[in-house]
Amino acid sequence: MIRFLLLFSRQGKLRLQKWFTAYTDREKKKVIRDMIMLVLARQPRSCNFIQWRDLKIVYKRYASLYFCAGLEASDNELLSLEVLHRYVELLDRYFGNVCELDIIFNFEKAYFILDEFLMGGEVLETSKTAVAASMQETDTLQETMEEYMSKPAY
Amino acid sequence: MPAVSKGDGMRGLAVFISDIRNCKSKEAEIKRINKELANIRSKFKGDKALDGYSKKKYVCKLLFIFLLGHDIDFGHMEAVNLLSSNKYTEKQIGYLFISVLVNSNSELIRLINNAIKNDLSSRNPTFMCLALHCIANVGSREMAEAFASEIPRILVAGDTMDSVKQSAALCLLRLYKTSPDLVLMGEWTSRVVHLLNDQHMGVVTAAISLITCLSQKNPDEFKTCVSLAVSRLSRIVSSASTDLQDYTYYFVPAPWLSCKLLRLLQCYPPPEDGAVKGRLVECLETILNKAQEPPKSKKVQHSNAKNAILFEAISLIIHYDSEPNLLVRACNQLGQFLQHRETNLRYLALESMCTLASSEFSHEAVKTHIETVINALKTERDVSVRQRAADLLYAMCDRSNAKQIVAEMLSYLETADYSIREEMVLKVAILAEKYAVDYSWYVDTILNLIRIAGDYVSEEVWYRVIQIVINRDDVQGYAAKTVFEALQAPACHENMVKVGGYILGEFGNLIAGDPRSSPLVQFNLLHSKFHLCSVPTRALLLSAYIKFINLFPETKATIQEVLRCDSQIRNSDVELQQRAVEYLKLSSIASTDVLATVLEEMPPFPERESSILAKLKKKKGPGAVSVTELEDNKREGGELNGGGERGPDTSAMSTPSPSADLLGIRSAVPVGAAPASAGSLLVDVFSEAGPAAVSAAVNDDGFLRFVCKNNGVLFENQLLQIGIKSEYRQNLGRMYLFYGNKTSVQFASFTTTVSCPGELQLQLNVQTKPVEPLVEGGAQIQQVLNIECLTDFSEAPLLNIKFRYGGALQNLTLKLPVTINKFFQPTEMASQDFFQRWKQLSQPTQEAQKIFKASHGMDTEVLKAKLLGLGTALLDNVDPNPENYVCAGVIQTKGQQVGCLLRLEPNAQAQMYRLTLRCSKDSVSKRLCELLAEQF
Repeated sequence: MIRFLLLFSRQGKLRLQKWFTAYTDREKKKVIRDMIMLVLARQPRSCNFIQWRDLKIVYKRYASLYFCAGLEASDNELLSLEVLHRYVELLDRYFGNVCELDIIFNFEKAYFILDEFLMGGEVLETSKTAVAASMQETDTLQETMEEYMSKPAY
Repeated sequence: MPAVSKGDGMRGLAVFISDIRNCKSKEAEIKRINKELANIRSKFKGDKALDGYSKKKYVCKLLFIFLLGHDIDFGHMEAVNLLSSNKYTEKQIGYLFISVLVNSNSELIRLINNAIKNDLSSRNPTFMCLALHCIANVGSREMAEAFASEIPRILVAGDTMDSVKQSAALCLLRLYKTSPDLVLMGEWTSRVVHLLNDQHMGVVTAAISLITCLSQKNPDEFKTCVSLAVSRLSRIVSSASTDLQDYTYYFVPAPWLSCKLLRLLQCYPPPEDGAVKGRLVECLETILNKAQEPPKSKKVQHSNAKNAILFEAISLIIHYDSEPNLLVRACNQLGQFLQHRETNLRYLALESMCTLASSEFSHEAVKTHIETVINALKTERDVSVRQRAADLLYAMCDRSNAKQIVAEMLSYLETADYSIREEMVLKVAILAEKYAVDYSWYVDTILNLIRIAGDYVSEEVWYRVIQIVINRDDVQGYAAKTVFEALQAPACHENMVKVGGYILGEFGNLIAGDPRSSPLVQFNLLHSKFHLCSVPTRALLLSAYIKFINLFPETKATIQEVLRCDSQIRNSDVELQQRAVEYLKLSSIASTDVLATVLEEMPPFPERESSILAKLKKKKGPGAVSVTELEDNKREGGELNGGGERGPDTSAMSTPSPSADLLGIRSAVPVGAAPASAGSLLVDVFSEAGPAAVSAAVNDDGFLRFVCKNNGVLFENQLLQIGIKSEYRQNLGRMYLFYGNKTSVQFASFTTTVSCPGELQLQLNVQTKPVEPLVEGGAQIQQVLNIECLTDFSEAPLLNIKFRYGGALQNLTLKLPVTINKFFQPTEMASQDFFQRWKQLSQPTQEAQKIFKASHGMDTEVLKAKLLGLGTALLDNVDPNPENYVCAGVIQTKGQQVGCLLRLEPNAQAQMYRLTLRCSKDSVSKRLCELLAEQF
């Protein structure tokens, strides 16, 4: 399973953090720091995998953002690389040509999309259509809510 | 402002985020955040009830602030309120907040669980999924207790929507991982297994993660999944690239599900049913065949997904280790990848081949790639790939290629990255030893290792080379010649000086015939390094010098001169001074015969009991060989692998053999060794024997030092330091243990166990939580023990520590210094009361008395400090003799209180003490007396 997923910028700013197992706040901070240092220091065209403690780190850069996942020893590195890619595709599909700013300003949406795709560190739904459909469905729910909200509360 | 504003853009939130982004400095950001926090707090506290939208917006802002790295200490209640909103967006934000900022506040958890319960029973699939996500995100035990029985029902119910089933499966998996005892599959087992047959690919993909985990823990109950998995895999593998529609990823049919199926099969041995096995072998062959087909797309996603399945199939083939044909094909495939232009594939191929190298069917096939791997070690740009190459070389090494591989690794070491040097050194040392047929090669290799990477050569490595040289007389002359040459270098590593000093001290005579290495030349060479060395090395050199006096009488005058000079005989370091004085004395008063006996050549290191396991139980240095390696290395009768703990300057170690100190006088003769003639003679010469009993099984060196103090270092060796801090109140205590990793390499599988042997478990209650299994190099981890004294006790709890260092298992047991006196409450009383009570406790069994010699100075202040450290009250003006000390205290146990009186009567002239204890309980008097008699 995936233990954690981090998104950070080339400047080392954390944009999204998702923890699939229990980490204390201190451990989280340490992991984040280590990951950013480790990944940003990599030469271009290095391999996408790093051994770190007992975890396999899989990372990939998309434009200005690094996507970085910590895997257990039994996980498949190549496929996890595609997990990252699929997540980028899903973001892209939702935001339309996603960029770092979308994730900053709509961080909650980035979390919701991730929740549709991964759960407990395992792949929940690999179909792009299915994920997109369920995001759309919830957005529809929201729009009706907006209408609802425009009415007086009492 | 971003272009996108889908759904309900929360305008206030977007403005706030913009503000933060526009902050020019960290201070400005903090200022803006504090302003916002104040605003939100006042909104939440205000009299006006907030509408759902505002509440959602503010909770979302808090979440954003938290994700920026700031602490949030309020808003939880508002988030919980959002959970019960009937508006989806509010609920969703509420759940997100809870998932990210879990709070173990039990009040809140009850409310959260309540909201979740409502949503689970709402029959609204979207709400149910939100609730399941929240459970999976938090995954706490309280949630497991509340929902572990409900979720399997949702998972297998006929009318559950597919999307909910998917979430339920993975939610259950999360709960099973945190609290396996609460998730009881029992009646659901077969229905869960049959989810593998589900029509919906998404359901199968989610369910298989759960099934794999359950199968690992209960393989028998789930074994029917094997045939189902094989048929599902077969259907996917044989499907055309577009059959599975949405579950086809870049022309690869269902890569996630395929990998999961192959992974599930790795929980089991090969299928027994011939038909199932045939079908599976067919699948594996198809996967291997597909690798040779031209790609259907040039996109990297296509090749990644395809190769992911291929690597998983290879893992399964290696796991079965029974199909020579498939193993060789797998190896060839990996061989192709070794030269692939994708770095990722080269990395994975090297990694996979490591496991393949251990199979007898494919070991030879792996070996054919040696040149490619060596080339990778030399030319790869990425250090993580080079590391894998080094690992693979190590794994593929055997007698036939050892010289080549060791030579390559040595030459790589000269330029290797600092991060992997220590590991490389260990690997070279292990290989050189394991495959040494020609011991001069072995000696050369280790000396080269010290020359190239001396800083990374741990003690165990150079102990070992000495041990081997001593045990093999065919290599001694060569070793002496080689170290002599190595020491000629103007700058040589201190470890080289140590090895040189030891070997020349033992075998310098073998090369003394050559005038270029005459005794005096040898001595001058060694002594030219002396002043640059650390104290332990100097001590070793002094021992080498006294050995020289025996080997070469002509050097006696020169060496005595050296020993006699002020920098030796008056050295501020006690150890050096002692050696200089003793050696000088020994060389001048002992007759030649005595000298020859005392300074005899070291006897061969004894062969250990052949049982490999028995060896592993002992303390092992890194560089020790792992179990499997030991097993296939029986040819030398274990002599080579005889453990790394022997060697110069390790006399404190618990080896039941002649002291490893060159002379065996450093801390007298270890008890339990057949006293070598050398040992007893030395005792005669110096008429002094120190206490030297070190229990082989349990290390209790530190134990007695803690009777009168609560903090300090309990244990320390080259790898590990254990510090203690403790505090006691009434019958309760808390002890903090600090485990420090002194090396630069991480300890893996670090576990500690505290046990109360025998009846102690009824007397003392010790509770603790497991520690982190990894201790990074240089890092320290902490463990807290909660101790409750139920009734008085005499034994001590045991602390067992196990971890892996450099592949070798370390196992250590220590006595924890929890002693009965820790539960003392001091009692002040006047002289009259004291003697009245003293008389009351007059039964002979209530008194314990001991007369003993002072083993430390009899300084008043020190004594007082110790008695106070004991935990009792030190009573002044009570005893008629002012020289005497009296103390009083009450030991608090859960069951009872034990009053204790103590009297310590020093006799300064005789350097003796008389210690008397009177307690209301016999066993306490006895125990306290035992403990205290060792303290003064």
